[in-house]
Amino acid sequence: MAFEGLADRLQGTIKKITGKGKVTEQDVKEMTREVRLALLEADVNFKVVKDLIKRIKERAVGQDVLQGLNPGQQVIKVVKEELAELMGGEQSKLEVANKPPTVVMMVGLQGAGKTTTSGKLANHLRKQKNRNPMLVAADVYRPAAINQLETLGKQLEMPVYSEGTDANPVEIAKHAVNKAKEEHYDYVLIDTAGRLHVDEGLMDELQNIKEAVNPDEILLVVDSMTGQDAVNVAESFDEQLDVSGVVLTKLDGDTRGGAALSIKAVTGKPIKFAAMGEKLDQLEAFHPDRMASRILGMGDVLSLIEKAETDVDEKKAKEMEQKMKDASFTLDDFLDQMGQVRNMGSLDEIMNMMPGAGKMKGLKNMQLDEKQIDYVEAIIRSMTLKERTDPSVINASRKKRIAQGSGTSVAQVNRLLKQFNEMKKMMKQMMGGKKGKKKGGMNFPFM
Amino acid sequence: MSFFKKLKDKISQQTDQVTDKFKDGMTKTRDSFTSKVNDLVARYRKVDEEFFEELEEILISADVGVVTVMTLIEELELEVKRRNIQDTEAVKEVISEKLVEIYYDGDEEEPEELQLNEDGLSVILTVGVNGVGKTTTIGKLAHRLKAEGKSVLLAAGDTFRAGAIDQLEVWGERAGVDVIKHSEGSDPAAVIYDGIQAAKSRGVDVLICDTAGRLQNKVNLMNELAKVKKVISREVDGAPHETLLVLDATTGQNALSQAKTFKEATDVSGIVLTKLDGTARGGIVLAIKNEMDIPVKFVGLGERMEDLQPFDAHQFVYGLFGDLTTEDTQEE
Ligand SMILES: Nc1nc2c(ncn2[C@@H]2O[C@H](COP(=O)(O)OP(=O)(O)OP(=O)(O)O)[C@@H](O)[C@H]2O)c(=O)[nH]1
Ligand SMILES: [Mg+2]
Repeated sequence: MAFEGLADRLQGTIKKITGKGKVTEQDVKEMTREVRLALLEADVNFKVVKDLIKRIKERAVGQDVLQGLNPGQQVIKVVKEELAELMGGEQSKLEVANKPPTVVMMVGLQGAGKTTTSGKLANHLRKQKNRNPMLVAADVYRPAAINQLETLGKQLEMPVYSEGTDANPVEIAKHAVNKAKEEHYDYVLIDTAGRLHVDEGLMDELQNIKEAVNPDEILLVVDSMTGQDAVNVAESFDEQLDVSGVVLTKLDGDTRGGAALSIKAVTGKPIKFAAMGEKLDQLEAFHPDRMASRILGMGDVLSLIEKAETDVDEKKAKEMEQKMKDASFTLDDFLDQMGQVRNMGSLDEIMNMMPGAGKMKGLKNMQLDEKQIDYVEAIIRSMTLKERTDPSVINASRKKRIAQGSGTSVAQVNRLLKQFNEMKKMMKQMMGGKKGKKKGGMNFPFM
Repeated sequence: MSFFKKLKDKISQQTDQVTDKFKDGMTKTRDSFTSKVNDLVARYRKVDEEFFEELEEILISADVGVVTVMTLIEELELEVKRRNIQDTEAVKEVISEKLVEIYYDGDEEEPEELQLNEDGLSVILTVGVNGVGKTTTIGKLAHRLKAEGKSVLLAAGDTFRAGAIDQLEVWGERAGVDVIKHSEGSDPAAVIYDGIQAAKSRGVDVLICDTAGRLQNKVNLMNELAKVKKVISREVDGAPHETLLVLDATTGQNALSQAKTFKEATDVSGIVLTKLDGTARGGIVLAIKNEMDIPVKFVGLGERMEDLQPFDAHQFVYGLFGDLTTEDTQEE
């Protein structure tokens, strides 16, 4: 893939620049050339890239190089900080109306994922916030769009308000909000039809809906694979509707997702949620820092920088390796590793970060299930310190407690423990050398 | 004959109606692109480094892709030097020429038509990531093939997404063709199998199979697709005759990854580029054709049944450089 070539080059450039105490103008020039390409490859809008590069140049020249880094890495550190600043902090709260119901309007281009996201958001509101939402089918244009939302409503056992395809979306929205008031729903989620931001007629329709129901939130749903046009899309939706936030979809894909940066840069509106899959519980809070790493596509370098910053040295990695060798790798270590990698964004990177795991055959094609990871995390977190370091003490009553504490079942706890033990065995073999030639690959607890 | 003249001639040979539709659909893309290039040319009298830098930005903003753009600019710089071009006006022609060249890369310069079985059943498989326009494209394509006098049947292979089967049925009704379906959640390969049997027994000309959208990094879902394809090849000789990858023109660089992975899993034979009626750029198809040699067969220019047009690189470039072309030919 083209991108790998770039990332490699970026790494290569970093290596080339070594052994100086200060970052020189030449270092910055070499680095920013590569950074620019990396950002453009990630679909960050070229204007946004231009501004960023300018700021990075200004900031980086003349800086002292941090202990443990070389000047190239130091520049990347500046890049990372600039990206993080541009992305802003976490912000996944939804507005709440003074007087219920809170009205949320979902808008965006065709195929961005509005309908599925509406379902996910409803699910999130009920599950996490104990709310009682109602869904509204206001897409009267796309064939079977109403049907789609109604099916999701059935799956969620949640009411869907619709008036068929002959009704006017503005009227539908109005009637729905009235009904929600009467029947005491506290959230109304209006799924509108996808439309091009340049389609004046349909953009007017959205404005009319907005005027009619006075929404508390207007969420712009954007496909994370969007290219250079993301800025125009976000800008015109925002200009015409004054959106309150953004939901980025299809982030479970392998896109670098530069659109996120572009949208944030041109609208200043927070990205509130990240949609991570087709299932209705796959909606997460958006983590700007993970996104910044993902866009830059340099997990390794970034974690190295983090290491230098927090003064964590190679010792820890060595320790980990030793732990694997003598099989004293604990569930705690496991959790630690998982957390570390999760912060960096992509799940595949978990495998690359596990020392040695990248070398194992068959791992490339395995599937990682995000939800399983959540379970694993929850289970381990519900264990005491002693249990984490010595899982052999976990007896039946402890298992029951752990299952209860983590919202899982004893069977799930058992499975994790079994798989962890297998994994430890496997690691020992692997680190010990040749004999670990077992067929069938290994089963990580989160697969 | 100048390149623009040739381009113009090529296009006027086609029915005006088709070209106009294509042109109308691409108004947005063309407007922004053309005015940007015109503006650039107006501001720079001389072809210099800064000129190329800005040109690079214009191309990147059309989602042409970094690697392709860099190569293109390098070649342009060489060409400009070789022909000793000083004045920016003259560069416009070289730009168009290079863009078409990148697309065709020495291949036959004819629009790519669907490769269908002339006597007997043809099977078309449509694949792509979520929400790109697969189902809509199938509706449009069914309409198109029917208008050409072919009998068409659809198979509702998206058994996963809520409402997907109903959606295809609505399109079936609009186009006046039957839909073979199972219930939601059933095995897609089984639906397609039934579609093939029905198509055979009814003596239908073309069977078009819908599939669920899937992101290309989901290995199990890509395997499922490969399995569907296997069923098709097993049941009908030489099938699928076309495996069409549907790409959303608003997509950026990830379209390359989509093309690559879907090609590996299903041996994609052509691309349908949808949503070109937006300000969408779609420049990525240049890179895809160049790097992966998958031709674009159709473009989607709207949500109506008629909004599917055969792709023609000349028209595409004409769409991008429409005004430039007209100006130039008038001068001659
Ligand atoms: N403006 C425009 N919209 C289009 C075009 N093609 C499809 N759409 C719209 O894009 C949206 C998604 O289209 P679908 O046909 O449902 O896409 P799909 O790939 O089948 O989606 P999934 O089955 O959910 O993966 C719909 O709202 C379509 O009307 C096009 O050429 N132009
Ligand atoms: Mg579909």
